[in-house]
Amino acid sequence: MKPFTYERAASPAQAAAAAIQMPGAKFIAGGTNLLDLMKLQIETPAHLIDVNRLALDTIEPTQEGGLRIGALVSNTDLAADARVRRDYGVLARALLAGASGQLRNKATTAGNLLQRTRCPYFYDTDQPCNKRHPGSGCSAIGGVTRQLGVIGTSDACIATHPSDMAVALRALDATVETVKADGATRRIPVAELHRLPGDTPHVETVLEPGELITAVLLPAPVGGTQIYRKVRDRASYAFALVSVGAILQHDGTGRIALGGVAPKPWRVEEAEAELPNGPRAFTTRLMAGARPTRDNAFKVALAERTLGAVLNEARG
Amino acid sequence: MKFDTPATTNPIDQMKVVGQPLDRIDGPLKTTGTAPYAYERHDVAAAPAYGYVIGSAVPKGRITGMDVSAAQHAPGVLAVVTAENAGPLDKGKYNTAKLLGGPEIEHYHQAVALVVAESFEQARAAAALVKIDYAAEPGRFDLHAARVAAFPPEENDITGPPETHVGDFAGAFAQAPVTLDETYTTPDHSHAMMEPHATLAAWEGDRLTVWTSNQMIAWANGDLAKTLRMPKEKVRVVSPFIGGGFGGKLFLRADVVLAALGARAAGRPVKVALQRPLIANNTTHRPATIQRIRIGATREGVITAIGHESWSGDLEGGGPETAVNQTRLLYAGANRMTAMRLAVLDLPEGNAMRAPGEAPGMMALEIAMDEMAEKLGIDPIEFRIRNDTQVDPEKPERPFSARAFAECLRLGAERFGWDARNSRPGQRREGKWLIGIGMAAAFRNNLLMKSGARVRLDGEGRVTVETDMTDIGTGSYTIIGQTAAEMMGVPIEKVTVRLGDSTYPVSAGSGGQFGANNATAGVYATCVKLREEVTQRLGFNSEDAVFADGHVRAGNRAVLLGAAAAEGDIVAEDAIEYGDLDERYQQSTFGGHFVEAAVDAYTGETRIRRMLAVCAAGRILNPKSARSQVIGAMTMGAGAALMEELAVDTRRGFFVNHDLAGYEVPVHADIPHQEVIFLDETDPLSSPMKAKGVGELGICGVGAAVANAVYNATGVRVRDYPITLDKYLDRLPDAA
Amino acid sequence: MHSHSEPGLSRRDLLVAGAATVAGSAATGPAHAQDAVNTSSMDTVPRAPVHAPVRFTVNGREHALELDTRTSLLDALREHLHLTGTKKGCDHGQCGACTVMVDGVRINSCLTLAVMHEGADVTTIEGLGTPDRLHAMQAAFVKHDGYQCGYCTPGQICSAVAVLDEIKAGIPSHVTADIMATPEFSVDEVRERMSGNICRCGAYSNIIEAITEVAGRAA
Repeated sequence: MKPFTYERAASPAQAAAAAIQMPGAKFIAGGTNLLDLMKLQIETPAHLIDVNRLALDTIEPTQEGGLRIGALVSNTDLAADARVRRDYGVLARALLAGASGQLRNKATTAGNLLQRTRCPYFYDTDQPCNKRHPGSGCSAIGGVTRQLGVIGTSDACIATHPSDMAVALRALDATVETVKADGATRRIPVAELHRLPGDTPHVETVLEPGELITAVLLPAPVGGTQIYRKVRDRASYAFALVSVGAILQHDGTGRIALGGVAPKPWRVEEAEAELPNGPRAFTTRLMAGARPTRDNAFKVALAERTLGAVLNEARG
Repeated sequence: MKFDTPATTNPIDQMKVVGQPLDRIDGPLKTTGTAPYAYERHDVAAAPAYGYVIGSAVPKGRITGMDVSAAQHAPGVLAVVTAENAGPLDKGKYNTAKLLGGPEIEHYHQAVALVVAESFEQARAAAALVKIDYAAEPGRFDLHAARVAAFPPEENDITGPPETHVGDFAGAFAQAPVTLDETYTTPDHSHAMMEPHATLAAWEGDRLTVWTSNQMIAWANGDLAKTLRMPKEKVRVVSPFIGGGFGGKLFLRADVVLAALGARAAGRPVKVALQRPLIANNTTHRPATIQRIRIGATREGVITAIGHESWSGDLEGGGPETAVNQTRLLYAGANRMTAMRLAVLDLPEGNAMRAPGEAPGMMALEIAMDEMAEKLGIDPIEFRIRNDTQVDPEKPERPFSARAFAECLRLGAERFGWDARNSRPGQRREGKWLIGIGMAAAFRNNLLMKSGARVRLDGEGRVTVETDMTDIGTGSYTIIGQTAAEMMGVPIEKVTVRLGDSTYPVSAGSGGQFGANNATAGVYATCVKLREEVTQRLGFNSEDAVFADGHVRAGNRAVLLGAAAAEGDIVAEDAIEYGDLDERYQQSTFGGHFVEAAVDAYTGETRIRRMLAVCAAGRILNPKSARSQVIGAMTMGAGAALMEELAVDTRRGFFVNHDLAGYEVPVHADIPHQEVIFLDETDPLSSPMKAKGVGELGICGVGAAVANAVYNATGVRVRDYPITLDKYLDRLPDAA
Repeated sequence: MHSHSEPGLSRRDLLVAGAATVAGSAATGPAHAQDAVNTSSMDTVPRAPVHAPVRFTVNGREHALELDTRTSLLDALREHLHLTGTKKGCDHGQCGACTVMVDGVRINSCLTLAVMHEGADVTTIEGLGTPDRLHAMQAAFVKHDGYQCGYCTPGQICSAVAVLDEIKAGIPSHVTADIMATPEFSVDEVRERMSGNICRCGAYSNIIEAITEVAGRAA
């Protein structure tokens, strides 16, 4: 870990401004992923802006009938919120399926969205990785790929996005609210927040330098049966092989996003028209263009079977 | 004391303290965080410097250039130790690869430098400034590819013969009306103990003391001295608390050598803990195996031919995973063969992990037995009992010292509700869950090793035991305390136990489930000597004296025990040594594992619902801590069955999932309530304690019991561990 | 035979590449600094350590420290305050051995900086009980042999104490059947909630018995 200077930010706008004024600055909130990566020198900020004392830790109703979740709301508090549990069950379930109690107590809403891949080659600084060192090559391709992505990947990177929460937010059509260094704010649909790797896997989101997420906005509740089903090798405290975030309506329609398969929560709205035709028809459409490896081809079949389990559960 | 005739009645048989389920005497320290582990010895070295280890970035090759100047000039840096500046080093007797590599690199993450700085943060940051150029060389990293070039390993005490043959295996197998010929694989496993390998080293002139985390003090002492080319009398090794080992801390490792070198270079105490992401590739692991098992039997289920071959790999000069060993002893059968083949691999060093040999061997053999029972249409328990033997099947003149194998299986079947099992797989469904029950034998040998102790009696009647025996979570402190209390006739509160210091007499150490029986037998022997001295001083006839309730009694005379030491402490030192009882008799431990598993019909996720182990392992010295040993082993076995695998990148030559997020071990949610039953047994051929090992019995077979339960649930047989859902998803019955 | 795909791979090359790496990494924070400024110029020479003051309370005692900003809360406890009951098992949030309670909430002390805890109230295993005066949870672990090597044990005990509070506070878990209902104590609830504390010795079954006893219910 390289030395860094440290400051506690007083306001979101001041934090965003400081982030572009200070060379090599980064924001830190929960720190559960950033510090992990700083210890390995995968992240090397020269300046940390601690945003934990900003008043961004509340969950408020919005005029549209949804919720505005402060960026600093912890994963535990978000999952425990009565409104979230009642109206956005898929989100509460996704949060509770992730990490451990200790980590959820510290990890924040915005930090969860921005966590980086858990690809073991990304984590091993003795191996080439286009995400760590653009142009150095991807050592995962052709290597141990059982956990890695099957769709949305590129010849430069086959890593997955590890978040469970983001999968639920994608199914819920959530939006993030940000403040830029110049004080301007904007809204970005979660669907557009994460970028596919293409030739630039090191660029993971559409956020601009210094841009700070201040909140996540949930639209008005859409009801339905909400399920988050996470499949992993051990029963808890593990990243997903495949996960399904589902909001299913009585008329057979629904919204489905997958985790564990792609560099971002994977949802294809057009495929959802196939839902009434069963898991195979839907998954075939959802996973069209998948490029699995020999070791992770099972994820395609597993996605279909997990969806089958979800539909079965929804039927009660 | 030489133990060469079967034990007769002795003070241990009173079982006033020994055999009681006492709480661990070190429990209050461990539960309050006050038990000191190696990296925490602020009490012995006030301001140590911190070392940070750099591992090789290539698996095989040479260092062609190393630039440490930036690191040396980084803030707080005191020294950078490399093979170039460390001075001449030898290699330990128990090490295959060097602990400080360079210029030759033998495996990935082999230590190549230690950066020492005033603070941990400074050492870590400076380590990233060391620039190393490598010339990588081609290596062999794929066991399956290297298998064709495998050769018979050299015979030694640990490995045994590379091949055994009894009768005419090939002929009998060819003629058997029912046969099985299947191949099973087990992957590389990591010990993944919770405390990283850690050492604090301090020099005083030419004398070196290391506070470390090691299972075998005398081995560490000898190998550290040998590595540093010092007389071993000038090296002291201290390891009173060890945060788990499982075989991974049997040997001297890089933390010890580098801390010693770092302390010498920095001129002050230095502490080093291997960084977690380094451990899997830097240290040792349980090697992967490929195992072919052939069984031939009559239609009545009598085995006529049994053959077991195993292939494993290791670095040049390393040894095999002895996965065939139990097959030489476990089941009857007139015609038999076993064979081991060793391939040279350039992966990190393979070595012992909990129950080396039997743990992976039983994972394969006990699936094969399940498969064979099904082919025969015989209940798997009945099939095993039908092929039970009371003598060594390779040498029928050698009986087992005790073998309550069939009793374990019968009792387990009764307690577990085996009758309710449907022998046709895939028949029981509860909602989305497919439910199955499986069992497997448990088997692990009992080893006899010399073990010494020193016991002191003071005027207050307090008994202090000193031995270099270690407690790696096994309960050594407590059972040694119980042994001394029983022998000297005092409550356990009057006993102090000091362990893990090379200034104490050499013990058996912790490994191979040989610690408990041998170390307590060594304390027994020493207490016998101390009793003689006490009776002599008190003027008793030692034959008649009774040690009880803090007194020594004979006839109508009773004297406080402490009175014997009124004029000065009495100190006795002795060791237990063995004759040929383990040659005349085969000494082993036995059991049965029973598992109920549920498999999600949609996703193939497996959850273990119930686990039972029934064990016959001689006298159980402390049922509470012994039970913990067994449930812990069952847990590790469940991990091996369902999730544990060091994933090999066969191109780049390393274990990819080298941290605790990537190498998944069971968590709370994976493990149900576990039951353990110990048969009431004593084995007078094992030692005066009449005890045997139990700490590894619990892992031997449990993986196969899980596998057999998954088969019973699904009808899908997986022969490649771990049994993860990707290996059978496409073969699961229709979920809906 | 397989050959290493990159003969001559050098750490220097990697470092050069690292120095050339600029933007695009995401912060874990409610923010994403696509590193505004090229950091490569600074990376050619080692940066000097930065120290910062921090005050917090540990087990009821206030401490004023001047720490390298890089110091984790875990290392502040273990190396600076000599409170070594909190263990370092992985230093990466993968094992739970470093679990402590900060302002009443359990966290992994390895994945947080000490300087971020100005004014915080920290409770470690040493703050729960001592060998002579065990906390009820510590006593239950001894009674049920809920440990073996002892290294994960302080983290297990801190987590166990916090888990019972979390259930009382109505925080749901992954295994809570009805997410709208108030969660109730059950062994499955405890197993799920304790899953961030790995015990390689495998004392899980006994740990659950110990927690169950403290929770005042039959197993």
